[in-house]
Amino acid sequence: MSTVIDVEHLNFSFGSGVLTQPVLKDVTISIEKGEIVLITGPSGSGKTTFLTIIGGLRQAFHGSVKVLDQQFINSSEQIKVKARQQIGYIFQQHNLLKSLTALQNVSMTLEINAALTERQRRERAAEMLIAVGLGDRLDYKPDQLSGGQRQRVSIARALVGQPKIILADEPTASLDKQSGHEAVNLLKQLAKESQTTILLVTHDYRILDIADRVVELEDGVIKQV
Amino acid sequence: MKPIIWFYFPARLAWRQLVFDRTKLVAAICGVLFACVLVFMQLGFRDALYASAASAPVKLNGDLFLMHKQSEALWRPVRFKRSELMRVLGNSAVAEAYPLYLGLAPFKNIQTRTKRTLMVYGFDPDSQIFKIDAIDDKRAELRLKDTVLFDEYSRPEFGPMRQLLAADQNVTEINDYKVTVVGLFRLGVSFAADGNVVTSDLNFMRIFSRRNHEDIDLGVIKLHPGASATQVQAALRSQLNEFVNIFTYEELLSYEKDYWANTAPIGFIFGFGTVMGWVVGLVIVYQILFTDIANHRNEFATLKAMGYEQGYFVRVVFASAFFLAVLGFIPGYLLSLGLYHMAESKMYMPMPLPFGKVTTVFMFMLSMCFMAGLLAIRKLKDANPADMF
Repeated sequence: MSTVIDVEHLNFSFGSGVLTQPVLKDVTISIEKGEIVLITGPSGSGKTTFLTIIGGLRQAFHGSVKVLDQQFINSSEQIKVKARQQIGYIFQQHNLLKSLTALQNVSMTLEINAALTERQRRERAAEMLIAVGLGDRLDYKPDQLSGGQRQRVSIARALVGQPKIILADEPTASLDKQSGHEAVNLLKQLAKESQTTILLVTHDYRILDIADRVVELEDGVIKQV
Repeated sequence: MKPIIWFYFPARLAWRQLVFDRTKLVAAICGVLFACVLVFMQLGFRDALYASAASAPVKLNGDLFLMHKQSEALWRPVRFKRSELMRVLGNSAVAEAYPLYLGLAPFKNIQTRTKRTLMVYGFDPDSQIFKIDAIDDKRAELRLKDTVLFDEYSRPEFGPMRQLLAADQNVTEINDYKVTVVGLFRLGVSFAADGNVVTSDLNFMRIFSRRNHEDIDLGVIKLHPGASATQVQAALRSQLNEFVNIFTYEELLSYEKDYWANTAPIGFIFGFGTVMGWVVGLVIVYQILFTDIANHRNEFATLKAMGYEQGYFVRVVFASAFFLAVLGFIPGYLLSLGLYHMAESKMYMPMPLPFGKVTTVFMFMLSMCFMAGLLAIRKLKDANPADMF
């Protein structure tokens, strides 16, 4: 198995000078292709910060963060933009574009890729929505969908680009138990089919069972469970 | 194919976001429309002013014109001696030289008996110094005592002269002097005068009892065919006294226009109004784009996390600005078209809307929206996914 995410001695802190607030301390972790890893931990333990660094959204300066063989430490914006295109992001809130229909929202992931035709884009987006069980809601706008449905649209949006990695930040936080469970099971099932790595941050203990591995982060330090 | 996609996708997203919130879109369009109409009207008034200011000189039939150097404009001339004009006849290229007398005087409306000031032109009926056929045709009648021709394009406050003439009601007063209107011609009003009357030089002296033949307002010079106006102008300049200006036809027109554009504050006022329209529109569009970015901050940050680059969002903002410019311009143009017609019928001033002006205003709107976009894109910095999630 190949290593998709390889983090070594990552240190990260907010602020500067005497106000420096370390968030991540000497974090080392490597995640293989197709693995599903859950990161749990109390609020303020640095989970989301860690995720944004892996996702190329936040610049870290110390240690080594290799994602898909790209070094993120002190990297250019260009490199990170390229990497982001191979990463599917699922947010705490669904973060769908409210002026677009479900189909158009999912298509947004594919519009970065100029190689596809408009028709191929629509077809692939529609297939993905059917796969998440929203085949009858293609032309609904987010306002017309329930919370669980919206999160499923955002799962479809993350997966449709066939990313190598899915990063999910508390994807079940705004959902009730049942739809939360449905959403992550769906995610797991679709990811397993395509050998996609999933890194999922949560403190929802109800969904721990989907993980291959659970990592606990406390005060910026990793505690393997 | 690539450049189309480069702009098409962000433009499509901008369009979808614009039409999603109809109320806000209508408000935004109204803002641009407002600026558009403001600019259209200011430019329209300004051009109408220039066109009408030059309407009297345009109809003058001469090659060179003599004017006192202290004259600011034709409507408020400083008089000079007729003998100065007659000296030009010493130049062999000069065929004829005729004086023109000008005076503002109250004209009594035949129906309502109210008085309103108009411009009276006095000329020698033996000459043909107006390029107006209706005046040429009536030169014989003008030789009679106390006869005048009335400008049909004068403001309606002077009375419906055509109907009155048909009903034989043709006697009125100018400067409290009784005259008979013997015919009509067409010249048009200007910012200086609400109406015009043409009469013979002799009648002019009767209407203005304090004026005399020797003090003239403008000299109209005609050259022999084939003579070069600029050469004669140069020759005359050395022969005549320094206190007169010798203008060619074009110079006279631009002198008049410059007066209204620069010396009179009116040109400045309309120019200022145009710029203000632009600025007001800029602020409105900027506000719209700015709040739009703020409202979509979350969505932009999401797209950024998905791998969209900064340039994409810049294009989205400029596409929005472009759509607003176009969507606001179309109703703005139609509304202005109506307002131009209304202004023409209410003010009796020519308000043409040539294609050139339409494109000028459109460019104005585009630059305005572009500038607003340029100011608004700074707000895109706030859409930082690391800070949002």
